[in-house]
Amino acid sequence: MNSRGNWASTLAVAALIGAAGYAALFLAPAERTMGLIQRIFYFHVPSAWTGFVAFFISFAASIAYLLRRRPKWDWLAVAGAEVGVAFFTCVLVTGPIWAKPVWGIWWTWDARLTSTFVLWILYLSYLILRSLVADPERRAVTSAVFGIFAFLDVPLVYFSIWWWRTQHPQPVIGRGGYLDARMYAVLFVCWAALLGVMALLIHHRYQLEALRYEVDEMSIEADRRS
Amino acid sequence: MKNLESLMAAYLLVWGILFVYHLSVGRRLARLQDDVKRLKEKLGGA
Repeated sequence: MNSRGNWASTLAVAALIGAAGYAALFLAPAERTMGLIQRIFYFHVPSAWTGFVAFFISFAASIAYLLRRRPKWDWLAVAGAEVGVAFFTCVLVTGPIWAKPVWGIWWTWDARLTSTFVLWILYLSYLILRSLVADPERRAVTSAVFGIFAFLDVPLVYFSIWWWRTQHPQPVIGRGGYLDARMYAVLFVCWAALLGVMALLIHHRYQLEALRYEVDEMSIEADRRS
Repeated sequence: MKNLESLMAAYLLVWGILFVYHLSVGRRLARLQDDVKRLKEKLGGA
């Protein structure tokens, strides 16, 4: 992306963020039982969905790397994983802030919360693992295999509220759930904003990894010459 | 306005986490760009 394209996409995402914040605070109707605190929903749920998308990108790129062995798939895999961790950090931070006034507790080890925490730990381990392997090709193969394994927790997180009885509420979207039409609209505006942020972050993180590859190649060449 | 502080804290934390992460990527990118410049000089001079 050229610098004008960068600026245009950054401005578009900034406008979406502004619209999302305004819609979540002022346009969405008040929820009857929880009141104001329910508005955390508009960033808590889309953060999780966006994190899932980022982890899926990492998963697909890991498979592509194992099939094609092109460095660019490894760069995309690590970009997706790291950005996914950032979004799931948001989920794990906003969840307890919402839970305390509603459930009376910050945290409980139920299936949804535990599997989400495990998912976050798995992808943190993926990032730590990468920093421990020096050889670029071995690092890419090892992390691709680990990235595919880590993604297996995603369906577990998603379906945990249907498979087990949990403290976490049942979904309001799909399978008999109900959500007011205006709440739906605000939810999707917020998700669009977070997807825009995700795309920008993955783009920058990908560039970072591509540059790191270039530095590694140049360092090897410098060592060979000296 | 019950729970307004908690709501504001949650919103600020979401954008704070993403902003700090974005800054960290930018800083790492700048450091690597310096490394590329240094290595290019070294390889050019060899």
